[in-house]
Amino acid sequence: MSVPQLLRHPWTAFLGRRTARLLLSLAVVLTASFAMIRLVPGDPVRAALGVDAAPALVAARRHRLGLDAPFLSQYRHYLDGLVHGDLGTSLVTGTPVAELVRTRLPATLEIAGLAFLVTLAVALPGGLLAAVRTRDGRHPHTELVFTAVTAGLAGVPDFVLAAGLTALLAVGLQLLPVAGAAGAESFVLPVLALALAPTAVLVRIVRVEALKVLNEDYLRTARSKRLSPARRYLRHAAPNMATAALTVAGSLLPALIAGTVLVEKVFAWPGIGSAMAQSVVSQDYPVVQAMVLVLGTTVLLAGLLVDVLLAVLDPRSTIRET
Amino acid sequence: MTSLQVSELTVRHLGPRGPVTAVDGVSLEIPSGTTLGLVGESGSGKSSLARAIVGLGPLHGGRVLLDGQEVRIRTVRDRRRLGRLVQVVLQDPDTALDPRMTVRRTLVEAATVFHRLDRPARAARVAELLGLVGLDPRLADRLPRQLSGGQRQRVAIARALAVEPGLLIADEITSALDVSVQAAVLNTIRELRRELGLSMLFVGHNLPAVCHVSDVVAVMRHGRIVEAAPTGAILRTPQHPYTRALLAAVPSLRTPPPDGRPS
Amino acid sequence: MAWVTAAMLTSLVVLALVGPLVWGASADRPDPSAVLQGPSVAHPFGTDNLGRDLLARVLTATRPSLLLALAAVLLGATAGVLLGASTAVLAPRARRLVAGLINLLLAFPALLVAMFLAVVFGAGAGGAMLALAVAGVPGFARLAHTLAAGVAGTDHLAAARVLGLRRHRLLWRHVLPNIAEPLLLSTTTAAGTALVALSGLSFLGLGVQPPGYDWGQLLNQGLDRIYAEPLPALAPGLAILYAALTFQLLGEVLAGGVARRGPAPRTTAPPLAPSGPAEDGLVLQVEDLGVELPTPDGVIRPVRGVSLSLRPGEIVGLVGESGSGKSLTALAIADLLPEGARVSRRTLRLLGADLAAMTPKERDRHLATGLAMIFQNPASALNPSLRVATQLTETVRAHRGASRAQAASEASDALRRVALPPAVLRSRPHQLSGGQRQRVMIASGLMVRPGLIIADEPTTALDVTVQRQITRLLSEIRRDTSAAILFISHDIALVGEFCERVLVMYAGTVIETLPADRLAAGTRHPYTRALVESVPDLTADRDRPLPTVPGAPPDPLAPAPGCAFEPRCPRRRDHCAEQAPPLEDLDADHRVACWYPVPVTANPETAVAP
Repeated sequence: MSVPQLLRHPWTAFLGRRTARLLLSLAVVLTASFAMIRLVPGDPVRAALGVDAAPALVAARRHRLGLDAPFLSQYRHYLDGLVHGDLGTSLVTGTPVAELVRTRLPATLEIAGLAFLVTLAVALPGGLLAAVRTRDGRHPHTELVFTAVTAGLAGVPDFVLAAGLTALLAVGLQLLPVAGAAGAESFVLPVLALALAPTAVLVRIVRVEALKVLNEDYLRTARSKRLSPARRYLRHAAPNMATAALTVAGSLLPALIAGTVLVEKVFAWPGIGSAMAQSVVSQDYPVVQAMVLVLGTTVLLAGLLVDVLLAVLDPRSTIRET
Repeated sequence: MTSLQVSELTVRHLGPRGPVTAVDGVSLEIPSGTTLGLVGESGSGKSSLARAIVGLGPLHGGRVLLDGQEVRIRTVRDRRRLGRLVQVVLQDPDTALDPRMTVRRTLVEAATVFHRLDRPARAARVAELLGLVGLDPRLADRLPRQLSGGQRQRVAIARALAVEPGLLIADEITSALDVSVQAAVLNTIRELRRELGLSMLFVGHNLPAVCHVSDVVAVMRHGRIVEAAPTGAILRTPQHPYTRALLAAVPSLRTPPPDGRPS
Repeated sequence: MAWVTAAMLTSLVVLALVGPLVWGASADRPDPSAVLQGPSVAHPFGTDNLGRDLLARVLTATRPSLLLALAAVLLGATAGVLLGASTAVLAPRARRLVAGLINLLLAFPALLVAMFLAVVFGAGAGGAMLALAVAGVPGFARLAHTLAAGVAGTDHLAAARVLGLRRHRLLWRHVLPNIAEPLLLSTTTAAGTALVALSGLSFLGLGVQPPGYDWGQLLNQGLDRIYAEPLPALAPGLAILYAALTFQLLGEVLAGGVARRGPAPRTTAPPLAPSGPAEDGLVLQVEDLGVELPTPDGVIRPVRGVSLSLRPGEIVGLVGESGSGKSLTALAIADLLPEGARVSRRTLRLLGADLAAMTPKERDRHLATGLAMIFQNPASALNPSLRVATQLTETVRAHRGASRAQAASEASDALRRVALPPAVLRSRPHQLSGGQRQRVMIASGLMVRPGLIIADEPTTALDVTVQRQITRLLSEIRRDTSAAILFISHDIALVGEFCERVLVMYAGTVIETLPADRLAAGTRHPYTRALVESVPDLTADRDRPLPTVPGAPPDPLAPAPGCAFEPRCPRRRDHCAEQAPPLEDLDADHRVACWYPVPVTANPETAVAP
């Protein structure tokens, strides 16, 4: 393929557009995280050091943070620091925030990733099964129960569930560890708390998508060929609902990642989220700033990953045109 | 009443593999009071052309002249000036009317875009418009879902006529209708042309239906007009091979089929 | 579910109204002698670190929790909906810009944006509410944008635009009313989400600040005690859960009410009696076929008393307008009717075998190998995600036990028969043109070497030049394989040209059967005659209006005792409204269901010599 051909290739165009969009979103995240510390009401340094801190100490800390420099040079300085892996210094502990991110990001990615996989593993087959059972208005009672239960579960707030699970399974029955990350069983509660609501949302959407597919003409064609139900549902229906289901699943991922902030707080999980929750309380803005940046970037990269995956998996996907 | 001139009109759409030229430098003319039929198969660009003329679609080159004046659509004011002269009826009877508005509200809205009408005048105008398209005035207080497909298309025509345009563009208005209903709508179109002296651009893929209402027929293929001639001439002596292929493909009960009935 | 939801909603509203009045005082009364107590009779949920009663605090907190959530949702929804719906009426460039902005903002989860903004606005109830409202805007905007795009694509909005209506009028009169319902629904669910998110912010210490309190803040205060006293910690959580469930169920109930179409009455089909005696040499023998279909408004009988038979190598056309029952007849023969439909028949024999006398497995195999169906729209009848090879070979692999290699070679042969190269086997349907797809459908039918091919409007979705190729292909197949073809179409001219024998259906019954060459001049039923004449013809006199059929087909829910065509018939007499005419022989090839058939020479000028 020649160079101009390559440039006009749909894949090149798709990846180009996606990269451009990612850069634009990243710019938004960078600017927002930079601006935050300047926008917060009151003086963040004084807030962190306490009202009766010596003025000299406050001025020195302001200088060290670069808060007394002109705005644009502050921004340049901020970006320059990021390029060199400098995310700032905690006002409270005085340790580099980059170090905090390095030690804590893996723990967050682990529970978020696991929770996402659990969501997919339960919702995709569950939705298809529910659709097959309730297609064409069959089993109206199953449909009613399914709708009511999933609506209820979708409404369960993750942090409330986390607290409930802790009280019941960890404190009450002492089956699982209460808090912290130690061993495989400590993952159970946080992942469960994170995955339940997205699973309930997704399983409903998968069912609707599957019902749509089951009503398609090509399933009538499959019926006219008298193929076995297993072949009709797994070979003919499932691949056609996968794209729509995964698109929706992908759109649930950002909220799932954001949910780690609250859930980690409940379980004292050593991740980005609990660090953010703590620093919000102690008004340690450089840490909050870095966590916003890291979480925002994680969300964007996860979204890009899902998009590219969808484009690869579905040969006729229109996602490449958007 | 209004003449239309289109010169070197070009429309491009963005397809999955880059821009596609849907209409490729098309020129055509509709003298005042006549009907031009535009036929073509799917993807020939006939609908893109029709929509571009009324500003519903993109336009990437060429000029549109109404009564000799060039049309531009930049502002709402331009669009209103155009709307007084040109109205359009589209394909889909299911979405042709706002599902939440009665026939009366739909027609009153259209009739009062450019004129103020008091209450009795509105009622009279609605009855007049419904009469024009051969509908019972008692249908005025129905909602679209209480009407049949053919009735909805007639109301859509009445709405277009409410502003007393000089040119009517009809884009595939009968293709979603049953034949017996199509016949009635085609008759309505012919009567309107006679009574109101409307100029018309009648777009369709059904060659007999288009020929039935048109003075001149233009055949479109791959974004270009391959042949345009008075209806009688195009039926008797088609010049372009594509026109001949199109004519030969039309099934007919009254002429023997070209390849003979299987026996 | 509706009653439970109503009760839950009422309880929340009542609590929000009276809670602070009744329990406000005790919720704020510190009791140094009862600090951090567990549940007791006096304090069912225990007390907090100042000895205040937790039950009273949870109940009192209903009002701030609900009010803040509602305010956030209303603000966010209003701004988001206006932003999103405006895309339907904006110029293309502005529309793309707004859509791009919405997409950009949507990349960030609302909760994260809300946390960020709450930090920026400063911790507190007002800041958190505002932060949440702003964070909710992109979600509502996207929803409104998607819904509005549906309205923007409709013909009535295009027409309103051409009328010259101004933008605000388009938005308020034509766009917003048509998307209001789903938006209201999602606003309800969003109220629950906002309540949870606000509680989350308070839980993090970003929302309501002491001495004020809401559920989230109470949960935050209780969390430290969860190891010692679960109930005081969980009580506010349960309140959040209760409110969240209420809104969720409310959305569900409202959505159900919107979508409600009374449940279709369910019927169980009685076992079918064995078919009548087989007639020799028939591929398909159908006698007295009827279909009952439950609809929300009642049971209709869209097919009544249809009889038809096909001999090997015969092409029979089944013609009628929409709602005549022609497609349901085909689906009933192929046992492909939708769920809930009921079939009755005296005889249904395919290739001589009685379908009622078979086990389901035998029937499946017999239908799969004896009958091929070709559907109207090849673009949707082929599975978009499977290769052509898979779709061609699966029937013989399943029912004839053909090996993969054998099936593949048969598939190449089948493609050759429909003039497609074997390379097509590796394609997916979207890579083919409409005509090619229909050829693939036909090839798929040929794979089983069927005795009968039912083609249901096989050319309606195709261009007229392609239509000609497909009918020619079907003729060739009929000639080469001596399969019988039942060709269903609304196009009477096409059927007349392509078939040998024609059955005309009206309102669920066959009203005339005749040799195709008599369609032009020899029709006897007034409806068939009118149908033929209403087709515009290239040779017709263009100065005369087309003959039309006045009136509309009968309402299937209110069948009349007489002839179904009677109200529209120019030849009707009193007798027609009382009794439906049976289908009776005029001569060996021609039958008509009419008390007063049109005389043969009634309209000689439309006749041309064959």
